[in-house]
Amino acid sequence: MYEQIAFYLFSVLIIGLFLVTVLTKNVLYSMTSLAAGMVLIAGIFFTLGADFLGVVQLIVYVGAIMALYAFAMMFFDVTKDVKENNTNGSLIFLLGGLTALMFVIIMSAPIMSENIQALYPPMAGVTNPQAVGMVLFTKYLVPFEVAAVMLLVAMIAGIILAGKKMDQSLTTEDDVIVEIDILEEDEK
Amino acid sequence: MIELNDYLILSGLLFTIGLVGVLRRKNLLMLFFATEVMLNAANIAFAATSHYYNDLSGQMFAFFIIAVAASEVAVGLGLLIVLYKRHGTLDLDNLASMKG
Amino acid sequence: MEKFVYIALFAPFVSSIFAALFGMSPKKTFVGVIASLLLATSFLASALLAMFVYQTGGTIHVTMMDWIGAGDLSIPFGFVVDQISVTMMTVVTLVSTVVHIYSIGYMDHDKSFNRFFSYLSAFVFSMMVLVMSDNFAGLFIGWEGVGVCSWLLIGFWYHKEDVSPEENPSISPSWAANEAFIVNRIADLAMLVGIFVLYWNTGSLQYDVVFANLPYLNQTVLTTAAIALFIGAMGKSAQFPLHTWLTDAMEGPTPVSALIHAATMVTAGVFLVIRANPLYSMPEVGEVSYFIAALGTFVAFFAASMALVNRDLKRIIAYSTLSQLGYMFAAAGLGAYWIALFHLAAHAFFKALLFLGAGNVMHAMDDELDIFKMGGLKKSMRWTYIYMGVASLALAGIPPLAGFFSKDAIIETAFNEGTIVLWAILVVTAGMTAFYSFRQVFLTFEGDERYKEFGIHPHEMYKYVLVAMSPLALLAVIAGFFQGGFQTFITSGDVMPNYAMSEHTHHLVWILGSIVLAFAVGGVLLARYKYASGLKREMKCENSFIYQLLKNQYYVPQFYAEFISKPYAMISEKMWKTVDMKIIDITVDGIAKFIYSSGDDTRKMQTGNLSNYLNWMSFGLVALLIVAAISSVIG
Repeated sequence: MYEQIAFYLFSVLIIGLFLVTVLTKNVLYSMTSLAAGMVLIAGIFFTLGADFLGVVQLIVYVGAIMALYAFAMMFFDVTKDVKENNTNGSLIFLLGGLTALMFVIIMSAPIMSENIQALYPPMAGVTNPQAVGMVLFTKYLVPFEVAAVMLLVAMIAGIILAGKKMDQSLTTEDDVIVEIDILEEDEK
Repeated sequence: MIELNDYLILSGLLFTIGLVGVLRRKNLLMLFFATEVMLNAANIAFAATSHYYNDLSGQMFAFFIIAVAASEVAVGLGLLIVLYKRHGTLDLDNLASMKG
Repeated sequence: MEKFVYIALFAPFVSSIFAALFGMSPKKTFVGVIASLLLATSFLASALLAMFVYQTGGTIHVTMMDWIGAGDLSIPFGFVVDQISVTMMTVVTLVSTVVHIYSIGYMDHDKSFNRFFSYLSAFVFSMMVLVMSDNFAGLFIGWEGVGVCSWLLIGFWYHKEDVSPEENPSISPSWAANEAFIVNRIADLAMLVGIFVLYWNTGSLQYDVVFANLPYLNQTVLTTAAIALFIGAMGKSAQFPLHTWLTDAMEGPTPVSALIHAATMVTAGVFLVIRANPLYSMPEVGEVSYFIAALGTFVAFFAASMALVNRDLKRIIAYSTLSQLGYMFAAAGLGAYWIALFHLAAHAFFKALLFLGAGNVMHAMDDELDIFKMGGLKKSMRWTYIYMGVASLALAGIPPLAGFFSKDAIIETAFNEGTIVLWAILVVTAGMTAFYSFRQVFLTFEGDERYKEFGIHPHEMYKYVLVAMSPLALLAVIAGFFQGGFQTFITSGDVMPNYAMSEHTHHLVWILGSIVLAFAVGGVLLARYKYASGLKREMKCENSFIYQLLKNQYYVPQFYAEFISKPYAMISEKMWKTVDMKIIDITVDGIAKFIYSSGDDTRKMQTGNLSNYLNWMSFGLVALLIVAAISSVIG
């Protein structure tokens, strides 16, 4: 009963918020509704018993990624509404409607493959984060490490791309002098 | 009773919303938001499958999707900033430099 | 003994590869010397093998490696040394060695000296593969190798200009080479069919397996295989109607002619019939065998008649080869396979000698070939005169030279088999043979010195060349005495059936021999009477219909040109202009145009706008979703 209430409440809210996200003209509204939707998705995760995933969703998505967007926003002019030639509405209606229709048709069909075997069933007597940890650090250890390296690479890439004059060395003396020269020229 | 199919339909609808955003918007930042929506739709499907089939693999995939999303945002936003500095706009119609 | 088999087989191959290394460099005498030495090695190995087979009576069968293995088909690279192949090997390598040494002298001034030796040795190697193989596939490889090498060698002077057929019937070396190759291809197709028929019905290509299975095959299969294989033999051995290439092949350097005629090419057809003697001896294919004998007899007469009037030194010898091949086929067709093989060997010796002598004359006469422009050469070319005289005596069948014994045996066979018509024709042909060979000898070496008015100063060939020719001369003289021993040797194994004259024939042998001899001597004397004292041209005779008919080779080449080459060219042009240009080309061009225009149209999709690309992508997504939905409903 509670599960049903939670599901329908979260579903309606998420759909509404995400519609706002993709349709609004104001970047700030869009971002805020996205963050709110993320929080509600974390709620869905909790109802599904994926506690740890829900927490990660809150921390990473709502915490880190939205903060990143918020910082990035400072580079852009967000006070004005976004002006753009949106794509032809009928085309969007056709493609989006068709996709939605197909998804609903496919997803509402009874799942036929009853013989799916659970590879890693949760162990009895452990909480979800414990079970996740056990699977993550045994079977998924290598992907986990690779993901870590990927995040590191992405971090460096973000710094290089967004940082100022990161293509110049800050350590060798000549470059420092050159840089100072440039700075002085900028000031003039 | 809520079935797996309900979650999957929700996931499909959210994915479609994201797709509509991707198709409709021309602002790159909005495209990014729409992409996040699509990624989250996929996450819901994974978590639901994981729950109903009693298998943790689904959650594992959701974790990795989150990691990918984080990386994507880090690199993507860096690129957006560079683009904005160079062109002063994030509108796709003004960025069509690869016309065939 | 196995290693001798490999030495005999691969020495010519090594020689060819070695000479090919210097193919593009200027003349190096040592290339010819080493090639000759390797050929001599091959001959020695063959001779040792022959001794071995003679003494032990056994055969050597080696399998070098598996060659083709697909499903039930298994063809090993196997070689067999038995009485038949060892005879061929010895003859081939002996003649080839002499020809190699001869070529060092003959090709002295040719800029492609090294290339020539490469081809020559490859030619010998192909022939060795052909005669030594223990299966039809290996035989076919050698068969084709011989064809390719003959093409290379006949067209050796490919840079010569084309001339009109009136001036030179064989137009140019490259034309002659192509003719030889194409005619042989036509025959090879039939031979391939024969091989397929045998494989299809016996499941193997090995000689022993195929021949062991012959009694279980029905008549149609046997007849088809026999006919098809014989057509292949006809092409290689230049039997009517595929004979035109042989005389045109005279465009090649003279040592090549010697090799083609005596050792490595035309004998292959006879060899095939001899090798396949279990097939041709089957009572079911008696008619085919009789046809072979009849065709052989016809060709013997047909070619000899053309040789009577020809003025070209080499062509006369070529016609005589054709004629002697006819004799061989007559013997083989009548079942006297060992006699055919004996004539093949004896003929190889004196025919090689004749050609090499003709080469000496050409060398002396600045490549002049018209015997009407020669005469009286005996003063300056005494040794060549002796050699060619001996070879011609052997060819004419004058005892006690080789040709008498072998040819007489064939004519006796014809009598013994009761085919009196064939016998009569062969006897008459023997007389004609004697006449034309001595007409040639007398016109070249005796009488008035007609060459003087052309300002030619003949000179004798190099000493070492003359010495190298001596083994052939010796063999041309004495080979006949080994007839009895050869018969015992060749029929001692189980690869060659014996053939003996009946009692009746045996009683008449002296009378028969005398008749043949009378014709032969008559031919020689007639030639001496008419030509020994010099050339007296009788225009009345030369303008007669028969003379012109013979001179124009019965108009067969003209017939081919008119009724085969020209219609074929016409059809080809039609096909080119209609089928090729209007159907095939347009189809292909249409496909290309369609792809080009579709690319041109879809180019508009490449707007460079990411949003458009995303739209297209979502079209794809929708399409995939629909496909997934439909396939899940169906499946």
